[in-house]
Amino acid sequence: MTGFAIDPCEKCEELLQPFLDRDLSEEERAVAEEHLDGCEYCRKRYRFEAELRRFVRQAATEPMPPELKLKLAELRTPLI
Amino acid sequence: MGETAPETEARKLAEDARDRVRFEEEALELADQVYRVARRLVSSREEAEDLMQETYARAFRSWRSFQPGTNLRAWLLRILTNLNIDRGRRVQRSPDMQPLEEGDYFLYNKLEESTQAPNPDEERVIERLSQDDAVSALSAVPHDFRDAIVLVDIGDFSYNDAAQILDIPVGTVMSRLHRGRRILKRELAERALVDGDDVE
Repeated sequence: MTGFAIDPCEKCEELLQPFLDRDLSEEERAVAEEHLDGCEYCRKRYRFEAELRRFVRQAATEPMPPELKLKLAELRTPLI
Repeated sequence: MGETAPETEARKLAEDARDRVRFEEEALELADQVYRVARRLVSSREEAEDLMQETYARAFRSWRSFQPGTNLRAWLLRILTNLNIDRGRRVQRSPDMQPLEEGDYFLYNKLEESTQAPNPDEERVIERLSQDDAVSALSAVPHDFRDAIVLVDIGDFSYNDAAQILDIPVGTVMSRLHRGRRILKRELAERALVDGDDVE
């Protein structure tokens, strides 16, 4: 038994985001893990989601231009 | 003998100046991290730079309202977010009018379909996405949803911090995050599939 009343993969899909956010109750997490243990289809999609978050984060990260840092430092209150 | 009034006053001034300098240094040390978030809350680098300067100018002016021991990075982002809203960026918002997004497996399924190899590993599937697509897909997510994604997934803020920065309930952060990520995946799928068509 997987603990799912409806299509187990559909239910597992619903749990994907809160699972990765560590926002599931222990029971829900156990249900998801039990299903993932036996379902390669869902396992791949979970691993992809985790990888996707890393990918987006890395792609969206742009270093601050050094000249901006200097401009911000100039905004400090002058010492008398 | 105790201090005279002028001595007490001078000591207070010196302490005040020392606290202010410390605050300013700490805020500047966080500038890279604040910029990383700011850059994705707005659409251009110029806007992000302007917003950063306005934010730091305001933060330095009102440094006394920061409570030492609380999260300075979140405090700075709160100022930045408010300034961003003041700039009238909310004109385009209508998140509730968005069509119902696809499920969470949608992007994987679409990319897998368009991959030549049968039953590919997830590493092969993610290779279908480009960095430019990721940036443009993120900027296509409506503001309210994007704010939550940028703060939590890029800025590493907790739900609670994001809720305080955006001045919305934690549950709203979670629902916007959840829905925003699905919209992001739909946008990524559109771009990846167009890119794939170009290759063929």
